[in-house]
Amino acid sequence: MSSIPENRPQPAPRKHDASRIGDALAQVGACGLFLLAILAAIPKSLRYIRETIRQIWFVGAMSLVIIMTCGLFVGMVLGLQLYYVLSIFGGTAALGTVVSLSLYRELGPVVTALLFAGRAGTSVTAEIGLMRATDQLSAMEMMAVDPMAYVAAPRFLAGIVAMPLLACVFNALGIFGAHLVGVSWLGLDNGTFWSNMTSSVDVWKDVINGVWKSCAFGAVVSLIAVFQGYTTPPTSEGVAYATTRTVVFSSIVVLALDFVMTAFLM
Amino acid sequence: MSDPRQPADGSALVEVRGLRTTLNGKVIFDGIDLDIPRGRITAIMGPSGTGKTTLLRHLTGQLMPDAGTIRVDGSNVPKLSRNELFDLREKIGFLFQNSALLTDFSVFENIAFPLRQHLKLPEELVRNIVLTKLQAVGLRGAAELMPSELSGGMARRVALARAIVRDPMLILYDEPFVGLDPIALNQVLKLIRILNDTLGITSVLVAHEFAAVARVVDYVYLIAAGKIAAQGTPDELARDDSPWTKQFFGGEADGPVPFHYPARDYALDLGFPAASA
Repeated sequence: MSSIPENRPQPAPRKHDASRIGDALAQVGACGLFLLAILAAIPKSLRYIRETIRQIWFVGAMSLVIIMTCGLFVGMVLGLQLYYVLSIFGGTAALGTVVSLSLYRELGPVVTALLFAGRAGTSVTAEIGLMRATDQLSAMEMMAVDPMAYVAAPRFLAGIVAMPLLACVFNALGIFGAHLVGVSWLGLDNGTFWSNMTSSVDVWKDVINGVWKSCAFGAVVSLIAVFQGYTTPPTSEGVAYATTRTVVFSSIVVLALDFVMTAFLM
Repeated sequence: MSDPRQPADGSALVEVRGLRTTLNGKVIFDGIDLDIPRGRITAIMGPSGTGKTTLLRHLTGQLMPDAGTIRVDGSNVPKLSRNELFDLREKIGFLFQNSALLTDFSVFENIAFPLRQHLKLPEELVRNIVLTKLQAVGLRGAAELMPSELSGGMARRVALARAIVRDPMLILYDEPFVGLDPIALNQVLKLIRILNDTLGITSVLVAHEFAAVARVVDYVYLIAAGKIAAQGTPDELARDDSPWTKQFFGGEADGPVPFHYPARDYALDLGFPAASA
């Protein structure tokens, strides 16, 4: 006896590689146009400044616990590893300098951005995706409220504002963690730790460059998160894929952008 | 009552001419002409999937047609800029099929949302307007609840209160009776009629429930197969004996509208030999 399967829906044919590349390029193009639309909506979004502040609290303050915890442990690991390596050459006095430069220049902005994508980016994507799935964005449009100005732009701006602040907190906790291990545990001199650090770290070349990176990463992660939520298919599966894509794309773009920015800022 | 085909006060508020729309390769509208007179309640009816909601989305500029003109209060909707479209939408209330309440806001804040976004009213006035609208839909006591605490029928009534909060010139109701119990259904029907008559609002109502619709609407368009299959007052359509109206209003499975989605032979699907012709 023949079974049903003859007209059972067949799995979608595997896409050709060229077609996949074409789709990816189309996504990049769409994301670029979406960025222009957000930038155009920013003047109008200033009317909703309270919404922007609420979003800064949501993506910034609500991410503090994970950022502080991770910053502390990253600093402690750095302190431990570098103390061991530096002690081989008798250079443990440089521990504060090496830890702070690593954090300010690279680890602070990059690790914070990756954590930010996982904590805040996914929640923004899921929130906007569910708003799309339940017609809340359409309802706003029907009430003559532009969702680009009320929903997208405040979340984008919140990412740009919150990321550098979170990176600063991450750096501070990282240095504290390294001090805890290097000075309190392994017995490095407290004055040496701080004086070497303050004499070697340049505010503009090291600290401010790190802040610029954080702003750029905040913009990129927020753009990807908002774009993925805004364009997700209105299904539970669509929202699930969109949140995953936010983390994956954000991580790749942050690391690639870090290389480009480092090359230009060095 | 005067002739329901004629506007209550002058020209038609909505004029659709030569509307053609294709979605995902399927022809939805194939040259539709219709008028929605001012001050009247007009129902758009038809089998599922015939494009009733799509027509509402055309009227509000959420979806652009392939061809044709859609004039709402004199403005050709497909030609409007985004800002002009938003200006027009400020005068239109829209009741979504799934209510589309903002889930982060309470019932009160959902209804106050359009007021707060567009008008700088004193808080006391906002409160009075919102409570008045909530009283009209019987949910004044639910003002502090969150949307997640409402039943489906209550959510629809809140959405209705939000749609009318700015006393629009045109209200578009997309399936307003789904999920309502008989008491709420009766109240919503009365409310639609009262709003229309007392405020001079024009209403377009998409629904399937002919018995309920016939109690309040002035005129009905029956859309099927991309065309206007029938039109008239509820009484005229109830007496009409064209195949479309007989099948739709009689709820028959057989007729010009197929009940079954196109499929292979049933016996073959079940694994039996095909019946010889």
